[in-house]
Amino acid sequence: MSPKLVRAEHDATSRRDRPLRITVDGEPVDGIQGQTLAGLLLASGRHAWRHGPSGAPRGVFCGIGVCFDCLVTVNEERDVRACRRRAADGDVVTTQSRTPRQDEEHT
Amino acid sequence: MSPKRSEQARRHVAVIGAGPAGLSAAYAALAAGACVTLVDSAEQPGGQYHRMLPEAYAARRPERLQHGWRAFDRRRHQVLEHPRCTWLPETSVWMLERPDPEQARERGGPPRVHLVSGPADGTGRTRCTLDADALVLAVGAHDRVLPFSGWELPGVFTAGAAQALAKGERVAVGDRVVVAGSGPFLLPVAASLLEAGSRVLAVLEANTPVTVARGWTRRPWELAAQPGKTAELAEYTVALSRHRVPYRMGRAVVEARGEGRVEEVVTARLRADWSVVPGTEHTVAVDAVCVSHGFSPQLELPVAAGCALGRRQASPSEISGHPGASSPAPSPTNEFVLVDDGQRTSVAGVFAAGEITGIAGAPAARAEGAVAGWTAAGGAPSARALRTLLRSRDQGRAFAERLARAHPVGEAWPGWLRPETVVCRCEETDYGSLCAALTDRAGADPRVVKLNTRAGLGPCQGRICGPTVAELTGRFGGPQRQVRDSTGRPVEGLAQAAPHRRPIAQPVRLGELAASPMPLEDHPPRQSHP
Repeated sequence: MSPKLVRAEHDATSRRDRPLRITVDGEPVDGIQGQTLAGLLLASGRHAWRHGPSGAPRGVFCGIGVCFDCLVTVNEERDVRACRRRAADGDVVTTQSRTPRQDEEHT
Repeated sequence: MSPKRSEQARRHVAVIGAGPAGLSAAYAALAAGACVTLVDSAEQPGGQYHRMLPEAYAARRPERLQHGWRAFDRRRHQVLEHPRCTWLPETSVWMLERPDPEQARERGGPPRVHLVSGPADGTGRTRCTLDADALVLAVGAHDRVLPFSGWELPGVFTAGAAQALAKGERVAVGDRVVVAGSGPFLLPVAASLLEAGSRVLAVLEANTPVTVARGWTRRPWELAAQPGKTAELAEYTVALSRHRVPYRMGRAVVEARGEGRVEEVVTARLRADWSVVPGTEHTVAVDAVCVSHGFSPQLELPVAAGCALGRRQASPSEISGHPGASSPAPSPTNEFVLVDDGQRTSVAGVFAAGEITGIAGAPAARAEGAVAGWTAAGGAPSARALRTLLRSRDQGRAFAERLARAHPVGEAWPGWLRPETVVCRCEETDYGSLCAALTDRAGADPRVVKLNTRAGLGPCQGRICGPTVAELTGRFGGPQRQVRDSTGRPVEGLAQAAPHRRPIAQPVRLGELAASPMPLEDHPPRQSHP
């Protein structure tokens, strides 16, 4: 139904997960250390977290820092590419919108 | 083989990008006796091809996801642990500062490199400048995705994104996935998705079997010179057949639909020129679709350095074998950095290697990188090792040509667009508005089109829609503006460079700009001169 993290016990790479927790728009979300914010958000069942100028939802598109679709605000820093930023325990993530009615600031 | 030199006389080579080409360039430059500063925006070397798991995953078997892991692992240790190498991870080049002509005569050397180090897009990253004797640009490429209705829906990913998430952090982008577009890259992406537990419903290659076969079987002896690449592709094919994933040629995703996210895609049969065969549409329920129609070289740094660009690969109309087909205007989508036999660009002291000189894959990138690093370091042109490298580079280039011939972008693809199809994802400019602006004679200047439609003015600065808009502009007969230098003379080879002109190559915050940068020599993260 959704993107998901390969479970550590099934992972051919024999990885060891160390948990971390961030908040997204105030809601606690669990992830593991080393995940990008985009990977963490996708694995938590979120596929969109930003709105385009028309209000259309956006999530990850290019995954490598080129398209700027996945921008979020992290600890009050705006316009952080979620696919390029590693999640840190306690990160406060808020979603962004380019829809003029909701948010006058342009990203 | 390294000549004896005093530390002062050692050449300093800056290598931008630590993928296959950059890592290889750094290795060769070190072997030739130079000091090397290797820069990459990621935390670890490898680039997109050898995308590594984060260290925090503490993976005991990282090689399970990597092709050619052992050679790569050895190479990265040899380079990063070399006493003459300074490794700058999580560091982006945000500007290349070209010396004015007078300074250039005095100081010589390549442009000054402006760097910013720290967590991606963070505030308070550190800025520094780097003045090297030679600059090797090995910044790679990203997926080129042609627009189709609904491609802006969440759940539509580039093939590269699916690959990065699966290989780089073990996230499978969906349960029911269609992989579509063109080129051999679709195969490793499908294989990664399968490995991560996705169900791949189909891999759709837009080109017809005839186009693909004609491209791949032409001059078969060249293929024999690329045994590694051929074996790698065979491995992916085996993975696909083991999972009974159909590989269909002459079929494409022409639309994605869903409420707030992709729920289904419409696929259709294509002719050789990528026009849709009416009545062949087929709807498939999916929760993700991964698309790539080829690669766009990341040209902003070469353009900022002033490197001449040109076409290295044949254009689609030359390839498709339709002599009667109208030849499209030369488009920037098949432009690459022009290099000579030693990987020198048109700018003194600036070298280029890897996908920015032509899409040819990792083995060719490694060979080009080695030639670039060796030449940039002032290595002897007569070295025996160089001859072998040049040969494998030329084999790589032949492979690139084959790739372009087997997987061209058919010129009739805009046929699947509708007036309301979004072309510029950032500004949501649709195809109808863009066509209207392009056919309006008064406003057909590319700058006016950009301002009127806002296509290319959003956060990505035209990185995604740029090639598409430029191609459509060419077809509508829009004027091809010449890029002029400071004295107003047209710059040779730069006529098509406009889409890549971004004075700021990577986003940098105003606060970071306000702080004055430190020359790297005073504040190296690790002492480069032991």
